[in-house]
Amino acid sequence: MKGRILTVAALIAASAFCFAAADGSWLKKVPQADRERVNPFAGQPGAAAAGENLFRNNCAKCHGAEAQGKGSRPSLRSERLAAATDGEIAWIIKNGQMYKSMPSWGGLPEPQRWQIVTYLRSLNPPVRPEERVAAQEAPK
Amino acid sequence: MAFRHRRAAALVVLCLFAAFQAKAQQEPPYFVTYSSVMEEPGNLEIENQNLTAAPKEAQTFFAPTVEFEYGATAWWTTEVYVQGQATQSDSSVFTGFRWENRFRPLPRDYWINPVIYIEYEDVNGADKSYLEITGNSSAADLAIPNAVLRQYIVRSFEGKLILSSNVRGWNFSENFITEKELNHPMPWEFGYAVAASRPLSLRGSERACTFCRQNFSAGAELFGGLGTRYGFGLSHTEQYAAPTLAFNTPGGFTYRFSPEFGLNDNSATVLWRFGMSYEVSQFRDWFRRSR
Repeated sequence: MKGRILTVAALIAASAFCFAAADGSWLKKVPQADRERVNPFAGQPGAAAAGENLFRNNCAKCHGAEAQGKGSRPSLRSERLAAATDGEIAWIIKNGQMYKSMPSWGGLPEPQRWQIVTYLRSLNPPVRPEERVAAQEAPK
Repeated sequence: MAFRHRRAAALVVLCLFAAFQAKAQQEPPYFVTYSSVMEEPGNLEIENQNLTAAPKEAQTFFAPTVEFEYGATAWWTTEVYVQGQATQSDSSVFTGFRWENRFRPLPRDYWINPVIYIEYEDVNGADKSYLEITGNSSAADLAIPNAVLRQYIVRSFEGKLILSSNVRGWNFSENFITEKELNHPMPWEFGYAVAASRPLSLRGSERACTFCRQNFSAGAELFGGLGTRYGFGLSHTEQYAAPTLAFNTPGGFTYRFSPEFGLNDNSATVLWRFGMSYEVSQFRDWFRRSR
C-alpha cells in the first residue's frame, strides 16, 4: 500500500515537472551571460535563408516544415519565442532539454546554430520590453 | 547455385536493402569511435556498414553489418546489430548480433560530454566486423577457416566510457573500452578509440544544395587493443589509424568511407570500410493513433 502511494506521488511529481518544463521554465535556467549573447548574424537575410535550410534538414522532422509544431512537439512560432532573446534561443538549441525530448544540438557548429536563431527570429519578430515580460509570464 | 553462393547472395541483398533504407543527422564521420551525439527521440536510423580487406596471408573477406538505432529518449539510444561475413574460397556465415544502449547522464552540453555505453554481444569467432578491438589479437587469425572460427561462440558484456567535446566546429571523442566474455573464463580485456573531425564549412549555405561544403565532414580515427587485466599494454595487439570522410545529403542519406591502416605487425595492412545510413524521422509516430 505504502509503495503504491509513493508510486502515485512520484507520478504526480513527474507530471508537475513536465508541465513546469512545458510552460517555458527552461528560460529561467539560461545563465545571464548566455542570455545576453549577441547573434553575429542578426538581421542578415542571407543568414536567415541559410538558417531555413538548416532548419529543414535538422529541426523540421520534429517541429514541422513551417515550424508550426507537430504532435506533442511545440510550435516555434509563438509569443514566448518572440519574447526570448537570441541568446536564450541559442542556449536551448545547444543544450536541449534532455528530459523533455529535446536533444542537444551542441554537435552542430556554432555559426550554423546562430543561422537557425536568425531564421527563427525572422518568424518571431522581437516584441517590446514590456510585452516581453508579459509574454514570459503568460501561461502557455 | 551452390548453397554457399546462395548465402553470399543473401548477404548482398541484405546490404542492398539497407542501402535503400539509409540517415540524416550531422554526426561525426567515425566508424569505430562514438561521440556524444544521440539518436533523436522517436527516430529510427538504419545503417549498413561494410568492411573488406585482402590480408597478405589470408583470403579476401567482406563483412557487412546492419544496424537499427532508435532514440528512446533524448538521453537514451538503443541499437541492435546483425552481422555476417563472406570469405573468398571459404564460406559465408552469419556471425551474430549485438544489443547496445547508450546513456547521456548530464542534462546539458558541457565542455566534455560523457556517455555511458553498455552492450551484450552474441557472436562467433568468424566475426570480422572490427566494430571495436579489445584485448590481444592478431590479423593472422583471419587465415583460420570459417568452419573452425564459427565453433567458438562468444557471449560477452562490453562497456565504454565515451567522452566527447565540441570546440570551434571540431569534434574530439575518446572511448575507453572494456569487455568480458561471459561464457569463457577469460580475463577482462581493454581497448580504446580516439577521433577528431570537422565539417568542411562551419556555416550553412544560403541556397538549398546537395554538394555544399557543410554537408561534408572529414576526420581521423585511431583505435586498437590495450591487452588484458593480466597484460595491459600495446604488445600483441592490433592498432589502426584511419582518415574518415562523410557526406550527409539533405534527403536523409549519409555515406561514409574510411581506409584503415595497420600500425604494427599484428594488424592487417589496410581495411576498407564504407557505409550508408538513413534516418526514419519520428518512426514512433507510425504507431500512434493521431499522426
